Amino acid sequence: MAEAFIFVLMGLGALAGAVTVVVARNPVYSAIGLLGTLLSVAVLYVAQLAHLVAAVQIIVYAGAVLTLFLFVIMMIGVDEDQSRDETLPYQRWVVGGLAIVIVAFAAGITLFGDFEWVPAATATDPEATNGTVEAIAGPLFTDWVLAFEATALLLTIAAAGAIALAHYRRREA
Amino acid sequence: MVDPGWYMALAGALFLIGALGLLLRRNALVMFMCIELMLNAVNLTLISAGRALNDINGQVAVFFVLVVAAAEVVVGLAIIVAIFRLRASASVDELSELRG
Repeated sequence: MAEAFIFVLMGLGALAGAVTVVVARNPVYSAIGLLGTLLSVAVLYVAQLAHLVAAVQIIVYAGAVLTLFLFVIMMIGVDEDQSRDETLPYQRWVVGGLAIVIVAFAAGITLFGDFEWVPAATATDPEATNGTVEAIAGPLFTDWVLAFEATALLLTIAAAGAIALAHYRRREA
Repeated sequence: MVDPGWYMALAGALFLIGALGLLLRRNALVMFMCIELMLNAVNLTLISAGRALNDINGQVAVFFVLVVAAAEVVVGLAIIVAIFRLRASASVDELSELRG
């Protein structure tokens, strides 16, 4: 019962934040909306026993990524009077049609299809997915150690690439 | 316990909103935030599916998605700043450098 209450409250918060990201004219408001969504999703993680992932979500996403976003917004400057005229012909109609098709497809599968979201949903064992540091670290450093090393390489390359881009100067022709 | 299907539905709605924003907005920064939104929706799906299947690997996968998202943000924002230096605008409509 408590989880249902948290789900409704945080789900609505996440949706409201997401709509704010898309609708807000000012990019700063978009960033604040994104923050609301990220925090709500973090609470939903905790409700599903993913404790470590929720902590990482708040530290990495709400902390580092969003701060980076705000830095760049402040650097680029907030231009409030952005034109919202659509320059591509029929873009809005095509997007709206696509959204309706996707929603109808998902609803059709859920309501009429012979389709189970997850086969074993009836017998969940809270101990098996209790996302403590030990529980995550076990598979992370045994089964997934190769992927772990690959992400280390990826982060190094990304940092080097960002520095290279920041040092970019236009060549005098 | 809330049925995992509900979490999936919420994640689907978040993903759809992010996709719509990506298609409708023209500000490169806002488009980037919409990508983050879609990544978060996928993470939520992974966690609820992992919980329903009694498998901790769903949470491990979210970990990797987080790392990739962080790397993507670093490079993407650096590109946006580099473009802004060149054009003094964050609107993707005005980018036509690669036009033949």
